[in-house]
Amino acid sequence: MSTPILDIEALTVTADDGRRLLDRITLAVGPGERVGMIGESGSGKSMTALAVMGLLPPGMTATGSILLGGTQVVAAAERDLVSLRGRVASVVFQEPLTALDPLMRLGHQLAIPLRRHQNLRGSALTEAVLRGLREVQISDPDRIARAYPHEVSGGQRQRVAIAMALACAPELLIADEPTTALDVTVQSEVLALLDTLVSDRGMALLFISHDLAVVSAVTERVLVLRSGVVVEAAPLTDILRTPDDPYTAELVASARALDAVLDSVARPTAPGQPAQTTPEEDSP
Amino acid sequence: MSALTEAQIDVSTPRRRTRSITLRIGAVLVGIIVILAIVSLFWVPFDPADTSGGRLEGPGSEHWLGTDKLGRDLATQIMIGARIALTVGLGAVAISAVLGIAIGLVAAFAVSWVDDTISAGLDILIAFPTLLLAMLIVAAQGASLGSAILSIGIAMSAIVARLTRVVAKRVLAQQYITAARTSGTSWWGIVWRHVLPNIWPTVSVSLALHFGLAVLAESSLSYLGLGAPPPNASWGRLLQEAQGTVLTAPVGALAPGIALVMLVLGVNFIADGLRDIADPTRRRSR
Ligand SMILES: Nc1ncnc2c1ncn2[C@@H]1O[C@H](COP(=O)(O)OP(=O)(O)OP(=O)(O)O)[C@@H](O)[C@H]1O
Ligand SMILES: [Mg+2]
Repeated sequence: MSTPILDIEALTVTADDGRRLLDRITLAVGPGERVGMIGESGSGKSMTALAVMGLLPPGMTATGSILLGGTQVVAAAERDLVSLRGRVASVVFQEPLTALDPLMRLGHQLAIPLRRHQNLRGSALTEAVLRGLREVQISDPDRIARAYPHEVSGGQRQRVAIAMALACAPELLIADEPTTALDVTVQSEVLALLDTLVSDRGMALLFISHDLAVVSAVTERVLVLRSGVVVEAAPLTDILRTPDDPYTAELVASARALDAVLDSVARPTAPGQPAQTTPEEDSP
Repeated sequence: MSALTEAQIDVSTPRRRTRSITLRIGAVLVGIIVILAIVSLFWVPFDPADTSGGRLEGPGSEHWLGTDKLGRDLATQIMIGARIALTVGLGAVAISAVLGIAIGLVAAFAVSWVDDTISAGLDILIAFPTLLLAMLIVAAQGASLGSAILSIGIAMSAIVARLTRVVAKRVLAQQYITAARTSGTSWWGIVWRHVLPNIWPTVSVSLALHFGLAVLAESSLSYLGLGAPPPNASWGRLLQEAQGTVLTAPVGALAPGIALVMLVLGVNFIADGLRDIADPTRRRSR
C-alpha cells in the first residue's frame, strides 16, 4: 500500500477531567480507500473526526500521532492546520441544519471554500457554485443558492453540506453519520450520492456511523470503536462472518434482525450493494 | 412546477410588508427629530440666549411652545436639544460599539486566563459609577459635549463587551463554526463571515437601547454641570429645569419629555425592524 493519507498511531484524547475519550487508537486510510468506523453513541467517533482535523474542543489534549497528508496534526500550530483543512481532508457532519450558518445564503456558503481552494472570482465563482449544486443532484440550483438553510429540506441541506466538503477537492472525506438525521428514503439517496462522488473523484473515505447496514453499503474495511477503544478492525466480510468481539457480534446480530424486518418490506437500496446512479461530469 | 415556486415567492411579499411597519414608524419618529436637528443648524425661531420673552409663557403664536423661566423660547431649545441628543447618542454608541465589540471578541476567542482577566476588568468597569468616570474625564478634559460623549461611550462599552463576549462564545460553540473551520477558514474569516453576522442581531438591539440610555445619561451629566454648557442645553437639562414649574407650565416638561420618548422609541423600533432583516430565520415566524 502506498503512503496513507491518514495515519493514526496510538492516538489518545484526554478530557480536562482526566477521562480518556479515545484510548490508543490506530487507524490508517490509504489513497482512495474506504474505511468505516462504527460504534455506539458516545464511543468517540466524532471525537476521532475532530482530532484528525485538529479541532478538538478546548480543554482536551491529544497524544500519539496523527499524520494527515504526511503532516503531523497532534500539537501542530493553527496556521499549519488551516492549510491542511479542506485541502487534504474535509468533513460532512451529522446534522446539516446546525452545520450550516443560519444567516448565510447557501450559495454564499458554498462559494467560500470554492473561492479559497479553487481561486475563483466573479461569474466563474457563480458558475462553480451552480455546478457544485448540480453535482450533488440538486435539481433547482438557482433557488437553493439563494435560500437560507431553514428554507430547504433536510436532504437538500445535506447535499449542500456535501457540496461544500467537496468544494475543497479533499483527498480524504470524513463523513460523520451523514445520513442519520435523514429519513430512510433520503438516507439511501444521499448514501448513493456520496458513494458515486467518492469513487468518481478517487477520494478516500472515512465513514462514521452507528449503523452497520449503512457502513456496509459504502465501505470495505471496518473499525469497531467502543468507549474510545478499537475493539475490532477487519475487512467487512470478516466482521459479518466471524465477529471476534462480543460487542461486534451484538452489532451484527441486531443489524441482521433489522435486515430481516426490512427485507419483508420493499426498500430502495439493499445493504452491501450501493445504488447505481449515473455519474455527472467529472470535475476538471 | 415553476408556477408553484413563483406562487410561493409571492406569498412571502405581504409578510415582508407587515414586518417593515415597525421599521417605518421608527423611521418617522427618528426622522422628525433628525429634521429638527438639521433645521436647527440653519435656522431657529429665536436666539437660544434671547431672554426677551415673558417668563413661563404658554404656547402661542410668537413662542410656539412657550418660554422657560428665564423667558427663552422653548421651541428653539427643543430644536437645539435634538441636535445634541443625536450627537450624544451616535457618538456614545459608536465608541461603545467599536470598543465593546472588539474587546468582547478578543475575550471570546482568547485562552481562558486572558478571557478571565478581561472579564474581571469589565466587571470592575461596569461596577464603577458612570458619574465618577465622567467626573474624571471632565476633570482631565474640561466640561464639554465631547467629554460627556467619551465618558458615556467608555462606560457603555464595558456592557457591550460583556454581551458580545457571551453571544460570541455561544456562536463559537455552534457546529457551523467547526464545519467552516474543517474547510480551512481562518480565524479572521470565521470572525468576519460567521461570528459578526451572527452576533449582530443581538448586539445591534443592545446598541439601540444604549442609544436611548446615552441620551438619558447625558441629561444627568448636564444637570451636574458635566455636560454641554448653556445656552445649548440638552433635553434632559430642560426637563430638570422645568421640574419645579411642572404644574404651572407643564409644556416645559412635556415637550422635552415627548421629544426624548419619540427618539428613544423610534430608534428601538428601527433596531427591531433591522434585527428581523439581519436574521432570516425570524422572517417566517412573523
Ligand atoms: N466538549 C466535550 N467536553 C467533554 N466531553 C465531551 C465533549 N464532547 C464529547 N465528549 C465526550 O466524549 C465522548 C465521545 O463523544 P463523541 O461525540 O465522539 O461520541 P460519538 O461516538 O460521536 O457519539 P454519537 O454517535 O452520539 O455521535 C463522550 O463520552 C462524550 O460525552
Ligand atoms: Mg458523533
